[in-house]
Amino acid sequence: MSNAVSAMHGATWSDGIADIAEAPLQGMITLRADMKDKAVKKAIAAATKVEMPGPGQANGVGDRGLCWMSPDEFLLLCPYDTVAADLARIQTALAKTHALAVNVSDARALFRVSGPAARDVMAKLAPVDLSPAVFQPGMFRRTRLAQVAAAFWMPNADTFQIVCFRSHAQYMFDLLKTAARKGSKVGAF
Amino acid sequence: MSTRLATHGRLLNKDRAIRFTFNGKQLKGFEGDTLASALLANDQMLVGRSFKYHRPRGIVAAGVEEPNALVNLGVEGHFEPNQRATTTELFEGLLATSQNHWPSLEFDVGAINAKLSRFMPAGFYYKMFIHPRPLWKHVYEPFIRQAAGLGQAPKGRDFDSYEHFYPFCDVLVIGGGIAGLHAAKAAAQSGAKVIVLEQTAHWGGRAPVDGGEVDGKPVDNVVDELIAELSEMENVTLRARTMGAGVYDHGYVLGYERLTDHQPDADGPRHRLWRIRAGQVVTATGAIERPLSFAGNDIPGVMLASAVRDYVVNYGVCAGDRTVVVTNNDDAYRTAIVLKNAGLTVPVILDARSLSEDSALVAEAKAAGIRVMMGHGVSKVLGGKRVTGVAICAQAGEGAVLEEVACDAVAMSGGWSPVVHLWSHCGGKLIWDNNFAMFRPDVDKAPKGADGAPFVSPAGAANGHFGLMELLGDAHAMGQGAAKAAGFEPKRASAPEGSCVDQAPMAPVWLMPQGASVALRSKSWLDYQNDVKVSDVQLAAQEGFESVEHAKRYTTLGMATDQGKMSNINGLAILSDALNQPIPQTGTTTFRPPYTPISMGAIGGEARGDVFQPIRRTPMHDWHDANGADWEPVGQWRRPYAFVRSGERVHDAVMREVRNTREHLGLLDASTLGKIIVKGPDAGKFLDMLYTNVMSTLKPGKCRYGLMCSENGFLVDDGVVARIDEDTFLCHTTTGGAESIHAHMEEWLQTEWWEWKVYVANVTEQYAQIAVVGPNARKALETLGGMDVSKEALGFMEWADGSLGGFDVRVYRISFSGELSYEIAVRASEGQAFWDALMAAGEDLGVMPYGTEALHILRAEKGFIMIGDETDGTVIPQDLGLHWALSKKKEDYLGKRAHTRTHMSDPERWQLVGLETLDGSVLPDGAYAVAAGTNANGQKNVQGRVTSSYHSPNLDKGIAMGLVLHGPDRMGEVIDFPGTDGKTYQAKIVSAVFYDPEGEKQNV
Repeated sequence: MSNAVSAMHGATWSDGIADIAEAPLQGMITLRADMKDKAVKKAIAAATKVEMPGPGQANGVGDRGLCWMSPDEFLLLCPYDTVAADLARIQTALAKTHALAVNVSDARALFRVSGPAARDVMAKLAPVDLSPAVFQPGMFRRTRLAQVAAAFWMPNADTFQIVCFRSHAQYMFDLLKTAARKGSKVGAF
Repeated sequence: MSTRLATHGRLLNKDRAIRFTFNGKQLKGFEGDTLASALLANDQMLVGRSFKYHRPRGIVAAGVEEPNALVNLGVEGHFEPNQRATTTELFEGLLATSQNHWPSLEFDVGAINAKLSRFMPAGFYYKMFIHPRPLWKHVYEPFIRQAAGLGQAPKGRDFDSYEHFYPFCDVLVIGGGIAGLHAAKAAAQSGAKVIVLEQTAHWGGRAPVDGGEVDGKPVDNVVDELIAELSEMENVTLRARTMGAGVYDHGYVLGYERLTDHQPDADGPRHRLWRIRAGQVVTATGAIERPLSFAGNDIPGVMLASAVRDYVVNYGVCAGDRTVVVTNNDDAYRTAIVLKNAGLTVPVILDARSLSEDSALVAEAKAAGIRVMMGHGVSKVLGGKRVTGVAICAQAGEGAVLEEVACDAVAMSGGWSPVVHLWSHCGGKLIWDNNFAMFRPDVDKAPKGADGAPFVSPAGAANGHFGLMELLGDAHAMGQGAAKAAGFEPKRASAPEGSCVDQAPMAPVWLMPQGASVALRSKSWLDYQNDVKVSDVQLAAQEGFESVEHAKRYTTLGMATDQGKMSNINGLAILSDALNQPIPQTGTTTFRPPYTPISMGAIGGEARGDVFQPIRRTPMHDWHDANGADWEPVGQWRRPYAFVRSGERVHDAVMREVRNTREHLGLLDASTLGKIIVKGPDAGKFLDMLYTNVMSTLKPGKCRYGLMCSENGFLVDDGVVARIDEDTFLCHTTTGGAESIHAHMEEWLQTEWWEWKVYVANVTEQYAQIAVVGPNARKALETLGGMDVSKEALGFMEWADGSLGGFDVRVYRISFSGELSYEIAVRASEGQAFWDALMAAGEDLGVMPYGTEALHILRAEKGFIMIGDETDGTVIPQDLGLHWALSKKKEDYLGKRAHTRTHMSDPERWQLVGLETLDGSVLPDGAYAVAAGTNANGQKNVQGRVTSSYHSPNLDKGIAMGLVLHGPDRMGEVIDFPGTDGKTYQAKIVSAVFYDPEGEKQNV
């Protein structure tokens, strides 16, 4: 419905060493199940058409992606408009197994940090090894950024996509701007 | 006088003059100078006053160990005290002032303390000011605080910014001297990822000053080559101006990078704290020269021999025209030779040793025409604010003066101490080395990681290897060893060949002369910064402070901002001597991080201003802000306390909101309430264990209020549970409880009931939840149109999914106000739009938003408890008359067993009641009800306390709840609550339900 707006109304900032932008609403579904269970694997594969990711990874096919959150939790990314249909399909597929699938699209805010110094910005906030040899597109990390919970992945070599709680959107935007302020390149990667 | 030389100064760019100000004086230095070298170049030898006796003090060192030259830097938001001039790079417009003097550096009234020093020995404060007791707090301490102390704390906001950075590496090398650089190369050749930190702006450490050759090439060329080579390597990160500050468990190391201290106008953060995770750490932290303890060794102009040499070679500055060198080792001869070669005069070298034959350096000095007096030392230094000469004596005697020599500087060397700080931070042990009279790392007792294997290796001078030959061999082995320990295969390469200078052994000299009299010992400084003398440490030993840690605290030796970098070893040698025990038996004090002080800003990092703390905002936050919200912090959330209209006081706004909600229609942003989905075949069983009442019998479509206790029986949370379907429940928690209750659930599921089939998910933020409250609530929803919200279709404590005004909604008919009330959840992304729709729909129905204070009053009028008001972590449901919510049918639930403990079932526990003042005034929140008699401390006995208290606009009087001894049995009784305002409030014990006790208003 047209009433839905993202937390920061798509705010952008590009006055520093990397560009910061709030991304549009994104469909997100939290999946909890025994990911080693064959029936679960089959059901998720059938409902999402995406291969199951290993620890610390994110797999994507088209506009759907599966991200590894924990041994018994995945995050499914899908278009915001199809989340109800995706959720229904998954719930049907998983009906006979013990599993939880729940829409969390509106509980989150999504940010993009891009530019050649994007790694610098992220490595100021997350206690994660972000050297190019270690963290690359296709990987996924659930961690913290400064004082709040967050998860991120790299859509391409110099862009990070960050998920955080919607209530933290303003903090996250301000935080990313602070970490990307002029003259603050680290140059360690 | 100290002055600039026409030659020398390898770190200077003499084409670029830099102007700076010291104590208001305009001075000039060069690019590449430190503040200390520039001050010396301007003959500003006197830079501060000592801590206790206000003695004149000058620059002693050239590096981080400097104890005296601490200055205030900058003004206003850039002001910072206690900055070492020796590590402050000069920049255009630098403003420095000296510290710890009044009224001026040149004339300090406090210097009278020096005359009284005989009466102010170690422990003086403890002995003098202990009686009478009250005078300490009110008279002595304020006075001493005024008199003592170094720089002043900054008063204004810091203008600069700071940040953190999280690097990872296989091998971290701390120290960019020749040893560190070579260790880094040896490690990096294996392919390991290497980071090298150097605290100064320059690479190579002492090597370029002290000279020598590596593989036949001059050592400074070798440093340049190493830097070029390492810079080319993809797997190496070199970082100058970054100090290794501390080594912690699991290879966690703090690095302190100073980005703009030397260029304050540059963009970007001032300091960056590197929070490094390293597989292996190599501490190539070098060594620090020790002073010698002779009388007057603190007079400005007495400096470390290595520092005198550094100033000449690096900065083209000499401390004086005539410099007497006093030493117990060969290394100081290098200083004499450098001075001589620079065209300066060295009247004499006083060498405390008696060598049977001349070593290479001694011979070189003699060949240069320098007079060398073996077996001699300084009886005392002559001069006050400046050295004017030295009185020479035999080292073996008691200080009888044999000769006086005029000079304006003294270069002293008592030997070298490896910098073992970072090695020691995480538990590395030390051994005493008799040859060099120093503690060095015991490489067999290294700090160990989680796997029990060592993770720190010392290298080079930090490992007690001083000659280039031994030092490079050690660095090579340690670098390779670290790479290997980190899982890499070191390249087969041999260590480079460093040149060798045969040196005669040093002789430990802890006091000069050996038999110095009390008068001399009382002027022989150990700790310059904290004014501790040889005589003080001896007194401490005499008075029974035998442990080195006790002696340290009694005398304050090593307790200043320099943490005794120069003084500690000399101090504990004196202590050992006084105790007549070997030095290793005395041991060292504990080395704690940081190595040198780091800024509070760096520790705080980015967390200031807007991002000091994450503030959580609901989807309607901006609307609230634009509509007069008086914000209240609730956990990390901000919630409107009240919506204040223009010209209105906050209290009036609250009264208006309460009345309007009872009479018409109120909207509350309840989005912050926790919402947790609990799903699975065992969900009902799980909730029966978590809540005190039964949840498994709840029918889909229904809601039930529940209480949660900790396993110790105390009430931790409450809220309404809705059953969504056979397998799924939605649990509402308090605003502050969402995360903690979610974690509580996960903990029990993961650690105790891991075989139960239950998944939980915190969906608090998925929904914007709005409470639509008041007699017009149903009309408002009907105006929006959509689902049937009639009493018949949606009864009290029921919920339904549907549509209202075109929005997908879930409507819970629950009430925390006693009014007709719907709590409506919509997708958070539509929260603001739905709020707008409700405001429009309610326009003709008297709609007003209300805040948390109105919410509190509405619930208090109904006697509903609030977690955090009626509970404080010590309250159980029984205290609150909630026995009805404690299931007797269930075999077990969290808290059940705890409730049977005798103290929990004690009838003397205070019970919840309502309280009404006799005069209608508001009881002070938190006030205690007094009872007859006094307790063991002579305080009045108490019999209850106020837990919530408000003015009720609907009842037009004060209402309160409280916990009172035997309260429910004492209805109508009046008890006294003394307030902190001096008044005693009399309140009658009544029922806690003040308003609509029959519940007629919500049952419509």
